[in-house]
Amino acid sequence: MITAASDTAIAVESMDNPDIARRAFRTMQLSRAVEDKLASLYRAGMIKGGVFLGKGQEALSTASSIFLRKGDIFGPCIRDQAGRLAFGDTVLDTLRTYFGSAQGPMRGRDGNIHRGRPRDGYYAMISHLGSMVAMVGGALYARRQRGETGVVGVTSIGDGGTSTGAFHEGVNFAAVEKLPLVVVVANNQYAYSTPNNRQFACADLLDRAAGYGIAGHKTDGTDPRACLETLNRAVQAARDGHGPQMVVATLLRLVGHGEHDDAGYVDAGLRKANVGRDCLDVGARQLLEDGLATTGELAAWASEAQAEVEAALDIAQREKGPDPESEDWHALSTERLVDGYFDAEEE
Amino acid sequence: MSVTYLEAIRAAQERALADDPRVFIYGQDVGVFGGAFKATKNLAAEFPGRVMDSPISEDAIVGMAIGAAVEGARPIVEMQFADFSTCGLNQIVNQAATLYYRTNIPCPIVVRLPSGGTVGGGPFHSQSMEAIYSHYPGLVVMTPATVEDAYSMLLEAVAIDDPVIFCEHKLLYYHLKADKLPDSAMPAGKARIARAGRDATLVTYSAMLHESLQAAEDLVEEGWQIEVIDLRTVKPLDTDTVLASVARTGRLLVVGEAWPWGGVSAEVIARVATEGFGLLDAAPVRLNAKDTPVPYHPDLWAAHRPTATAVAARLRQLLTQ
Ligand SMILES: Cc1ncc(C[n+]2csc(CCOP(=O)(O)OP(=O)(O)O)c2C)c(N)n1
Repeated sequence: MITAASDTAIAVESMDNPDIARRAFRTMQLSRAVEDKLASLYRAGMIKGGVFLGKGQEALSTASSIFLRKGDIFGPCIRDQAGRLAFGDTVLDTLRTYFGSAQGPMRGRDGNIHRGRPRDGYYAMISHLGSMVAMVGGALYARRQRGETGVVGVTSIGDGGTSTGAFHEGVNFAAVEKLPLVVVVANNQYAYSTPNNRQFACADLLDRAAGYGIAGHKTDGTDPRACLETLNRAVQAARDGHGPQMVVATLLRLVGHGEHDDAGYVDAGLRKANVGRDCLDVGARQLLEDGLATTGELAAWASEAQAEVEAALDIAQREKGPDPESEDWHALSTERLVDGYFDAEEE
Repeated sequence: MSVTYLEAIRAAQERALADDPRVFIYGQDVGVFGGAFKATKNLAAEFPGRVMDSPISEDAIVGMAIGAAVEGARPIVEMQFADFSTCGLNQIVNQAATLYYRTNIPCPIVVRLPSGGTVGGGPFHSQSMEAIYSHYPGLVVMTPATVEDAYSMLLEAVAIDDPVIFCEHKLLYYHLKADKLPDSAMPAGKARIARAGRDATLVTYSAMLHESLQAAEDLVEEGWQIEVIDLRTVKPLDTDTVLASVARTGRLLVVGEAWPWGGVSAEVIARVATEGFGLLDAAPVRLNAKDTPVPYHPDLWAAHRPTATAVAARLRQLLTQ
């Protein structure tokens, strides 16, 4: 259930609020803890299908949704476990969706990262990259038509996803409509195995913002403080009516494309470079430097995160999957228009 | 030495590249990485400059192949999953499929679609799209079910002067094995009798061939002899082989993994009902996936697609009608 977005939504969007940095870091820790667990469950053969993690992208992902309020819209992508948690998704629902639990938001019908609760503004991505941009744009369009103001939608995408026709069409339409849309581009240098030089030829993806006629923001995706500052500005600008905002963050995916992938294609030099830093290490250092947390606190938070994951796992593992016998095998909401012929044919 | 279905696909591409300098391969991660499923492993090194990574741009991937084909190339493009070919649908069905009809210039491209369901694949990594592509005039649609066909039909696909949609089943990639690659092959467009029988004709293709053969085997103990036909190519559809079999058995079941509405199974039944009505001793029936997106949970997925058990159950009904 979406709880955080409603119950604990940040009241103050000011970066002066020290609580934001602390809360962001705890979300990053929690995300890392769930994902480490998912990786080990995958290795143990306990998850069917793929496992796609966002390790290394927690700072950017958290910042993407932490400034959203109840009533806002979040359309996350592959590497957004952290942002999902910051928006109110739970560890339990995460695990449920990977296990295909009937109690999870996707009821075993869809899995892993393909989860959401659209009624709570938490959109459930499809795999086809770029497809969420226009959809979140459309949601914002409808809200505006309904007279709602101050609503913001955030959606994210990777460097590779920016090459889709859908991405271009989505951003362009949002720009034409001046929608309060924030598009967060996680430039993690690779799309699966494909390096950026085979993906696009512009010097910087940020250059595209100008082409669309929208505002662009650049940030260091390995730096939690920078991510928070940038996203705070971008979300605020969208909220204030300045139209779509494109945020481009540079970072590196610190895991394979999925857990089946050893990412042997990643340039070793990049791993050692600034872009290959682990944002959790950077974040811990920043909190200590700024006097926002003590080492004791950081360690306590990490073990709390660990405990939360274990507790959720305990529940999710015991839940049943959907029962094919009692499953409603229809894909329409309008019951009278269901083509019941196929039900009869099976008898 | 044995060769898998996936290795056969790789070997066919290797041979096509070696035999014909006009052939090149384009798609996401197909280069040094060798493709998401490794269907192009080492080919970029073996054929420098002819196996290239594309951006994540399915429309452009297909569109560029069409343009290159007009200029004399014979491109093979790989969709990372069949499901993502919808992002290139316009180029496939409106550009490639209409080119020859409109301009008298053929369009020799091959679009490889890693198709069909696997455990945990879910709604967007499981689709069987042969019916959609067959619906559009101007495309050849292949659905190989064996290692031998995966090899020889892909080679033929490259040689054909028209756009070929090559539906290769992911479930067969690693597990389906043959002793060696074939030296000769049946031509595309001809169906194959995969198992002879006298009591009913079971028409199928792709991975469902294996569920169907298993079901036929299971019914032997009950005294039934099922004739199993592997269509191999769903467009064109070898109606003659199907009708000749139905003439012998008098009963027809068509099995497909795709959705039920208006697909390959519906087409086969329509043809047999029209051309072979008098041959039938019972109403022809079909078995397809359920009319919902392909579910993620393995238990739902197992109930969603036809399995050998479901095929056998359907056959029993048909045989006692
Ligand atoms: C339209 C489309 N084509 C292909 C794919 C298969 N695919 C899934 S993720 C991926 C790479 C994505 O790269 P990027 O957008 O850079 O995100 P990252 O994985 O690096 O986070 C590809 C090619 C897809 N999901 N959608």
